[in-house]
Amino acid sequence: MTANQPTPALQHYVLHLADTHLILGQRLGEWCGHGPVLEQDIALTNIGLDLLGQATTLYEYAATLIADGRTADDLAFLRREHEYYNALLVEQPNGDFGVTVARQFFFDTFQQLFLQGLIHSSDVVLAGMAEKALKEATYHLKWSSEWIIRLGDGTDESHRRIQKALNELWMYTGELTTPAPYETELAEAGYIHNPATLRERWMEHVKQVVTEATLTLPPADAWMNQGGKTGRHTEHLGYLLTEMQYMQRTYPGMKW
Amino acid sequence: MSATWPLWEVFIRSRQGLDHKHVGSLHAADAQMAIANARDVYTRRMEGVSIWVVLSGNIHASSPDDAGSFYDPAEDKVYRHPTFYEVPEEVKNM
Repeated sequence: MTANQPTPALQHYVLHLADTHLILGQRLGEWCGHGPVLEQDIALTNIGLDLLGQATTLYEYAATLIADGRTADDLAFLRREHEYYNALLVEQPNGDFGVTVARQFFFDTFQQLFLQGLIHSSDVVLAGMAEKALKEATYHLKWSSEWIIRLGDGTDESHRRIQKALNELWMYTGELTTPAPYETELAEAGYIHNPATLRERWMEHVKQVVTEATLTLPPADAWMNQGGKTGRHTEHLGYLLTEMQYMQRTYPGMKW
Repeated sequence: MSATWPLWEVFIRSRQGLDHKHVGSLHAADAQMAIANARDVYTRRMEGVSIWVVLSGNIHASSPDDAGSFYDPAEDKVYRHPTFYEVPEEVKNM
């Protein structure tokens, strides 16, 4: 396989990346006007907008690969639930601030390692996107790691809540480093790194921060939920899409 | 939450070589968080390349009531400006 050949595996893969960015960006956008303090309200939506920017690049690329007349906007707003390939972790509801921080921390740790590898991809579009995104992701990880430490090593209540959030989201972390069939295919073709190779370093960083935060992690061999990357989602995605797609469904093609 | 967080004054340097300028204030638990918050609140539109934060309580300001005795006496002391003096022809560079 040569670079940029629009195989079904590459189409799926780029959509998977785009969806993961879009859905998490949408979740963070839900905080707009609801942050615990003004400063964090802005921080959360800044991160959300970074992710939306990255999603835009990815959907535009996906549209050129799929080449069936659908635009980046069509792909983002007019697909059905089972046609989204985002990881289950990012569609989980915001919960309290602790849940949002824990979700972000698990994701950011993966994302930074992932982008460091993607920079070297033979796919120039993905490599270019990764280079820009890595600076943003580095800041996101700093933000979420700091908050894990502050909440864990904060008050009794913050400790209890962030520990609960880590425990509850743990089952969605395994999917990040478990390759979907299209990832295995692309990895075998030397096109991308197999995400499984990031597992150890992901665990290392997560453990280090969690330990500093005086928190504990559930067992590494705990049962892990899978399926988002191949379109099998938790019940939460449907509600998110209903809200996100409302305007395009009700007023097709509207712009503002 | 913010009720228990101290207030910080934020200073941003917009470009290398310029001075830090006061841009506003925000709440944060400590200096590190104050810098991170300042990054998110005050540098979103490329306003800066460097951030200083100072606990608002550590800034001691002159009182507006003192303005008369502080600043007015300087009004008639024009000789304190270098331009008040004529530089002799013989002095080439000064």
